[in-house]
Amino acid sequence: MSVLAIVSLKNGQPTKGGLEAASYAAAFAKAQGQDAVALVAGAMTSDGGLGATGIDRVLHFSTELSDSSQWTRLAEAASKECGASTVVLSHDHTGRAIGPRLAVRLQAGMVSGVTELPRDGAVRKNVFSGKAMADVEVSTNAVVYSVTPNAFGVREGGSEAEASPFAAEVGEAREHVTGFDLASADGQTPLPEADLVVSAGRGLKGPENWGIVEDLANALGATTACSRPVSDIGWRPHHEHVGQTGITIRPNLYIAAGISGAIQHLAGVNQSKVIVVINTDPEAPFFKAADYGIVGDAFEVLPKLTAAVKALDA
Amino acid sequence: MKILVCISQAPDTTSRIAFTNEGKTFDSTGVQYIVNPYDEWYALVRGIELKEAHGGTVTTITVGGAVCDPVIRKALAIGADDAIRVDAEPTDAMQTAELIASVAKSQAFDLILCGKETIDHNGSMVPAMVAELLDWPFIALATHLEVEGNTASLKRESAGGTEHVKVNLPLVLSASKGLAEQRIPNMRGIMSARSKPLNIEPGEAAALSSVRQFSLPPEKGACKIIPADQAEELIRLLREEAKAI
Repeated sequence: MSVLAIVSLKNGQPTKGGLEAASYAAAFAKAQGQDAVALVAGAMTSDGGLGATGIDRVLHFSTELSDSSQWTRLAEAASKECGASTVVLSHDHTGRAIGPRLAVRLQAGMVSGVTELPRDGAVRKNVFSGKAMADVEVSTNAVVYSVTPNAFGVREGGSEAEASPFAAEVGEAREHVTGFDLASADGQTPLPEADLVVSAGRGLKGPENWGIVEDLANALGATTACSRPVSDIGWRPHHEHVGQTGITIRPNLYIAAGISGAIQHLAGVNQSKVIVVINTDPEAPFFKAADYGIVGDAFEVLPKLTAAVKALDA
Repeated sequence: MKILVCISQAPDTTSRIAFTNEGKTFDSTGVQYIVNPYDEWYALVRGIELKEAHGGTVTTITVGGAVCDPVIRKALAIGADDAIRVDAEPTDAMQTAELIASVAKSQAFDLILCGKETIDHNGSMVPAMVAELLDWPFIALATHLEVEGNTASLKRESAGGTEHVKVNLPLVLSASKGLAEQRIPNMRGIMSARSKPLNIEPGEAAALSSVRQFSLPPEKGACKIIPADQAEELIRLLREEAKAI
């Protein structure tokens, strides 16, 4: 018996979501007295660092796959090969495309967006956009879990895993990738994976003022984000919009400048571990959800914060 | 083009979230239900735009009781042609997906559009499950969709950027921000929605999971206010107290 983690690769390395799925699978396997196995597809050297997360064995399919049905067939074959009744993925695009397909093929109950290891036969996830939690129980023996990014974290300290080639019949590809646009040219961590996020809203008054937001983000090594009005009026690109109808994030630190904190915005950021709010209006609702607040003008406060971060590192 | 759009109802974002029956049941007292925003703003509107450009029909499908009818009428007011409601009370994604797939199997749709997730259970599972049950291709988190002849050109969110994908129809996708812009129904749409067909079908499928217990997160402590002229103090606290940087 074993627990299988589906690990996606980017540039020959496991993605952060993949490492989190591996860490979760390894921790769960250990608690059950089972082996932890990771499945990868595409070019990767040795164990790709998966052993460090606690994975015992890596099944390595040599061809990169982007088709959700092919991935599903590969994962199904791997779960049979290693006798896994539990399969773990990241709740990123893989957990949303491959996980549910696999659940159908394995006739497995699936719980998506889990935040903790299962306990007493139930597993916890966030619901109502972070405003509540649900403990979900699955009635089947086979189970698929997808793990919320930045919730369980990446475990370290395990020893190198044994990697072996794995082959399976995966069928024809129907989803053909023809191109790729990098989200940001300046090498920022993608928003869903970012530990540190600096975000701004209409209080910045215009797109030409975003330099002070970017300066603080660069000083911290953070990713920039924005509120919905700002992306809707075209000051910032859509992929920076965090909130109810944009991206949901869960960073260690979320700094919001000039955002009042409408409930739709909070729904996308309220799972951040530490929230800092900078706003001229002391009555801004965002202060109620914040850990730290500064009542002040972003145009004065942000450059001071940037200078203070630089002084810290000097 | 024959388009199916999956529509779910969800509590309005501003609803107070509370539970009854010792935390086993969502307390819907006083809760206003809306069309799940990802279904409405992105999936439904893009379906209507494609119909306007290429001809065809837009049908919506909802799994739920008569309590869902107001949000179905809203979808019809925005511009769907007709609606199907599978009369069942689903408890998990697999059950919902099987009920949708069994309707889809009986009609020759070219495209099934879903929102990326509902804002109540945040599951994000039904779309890909429907695709697997039909053995169709699936694109998660689509931000762009054009159809020419039998070929769909899409963009989807992926690790660190946007992938461009080409797929032959039929196809299932889950819609994310960028696919379309919100549309407000006009008076003519609202009037005509009353007479558009809403077909109710029976359905049965098994659930494989259920919620044992809901709970609310612990209350957030008070916000620590730092004077604006001591911004550097915030950075010190973030490093030494919060250990966030």
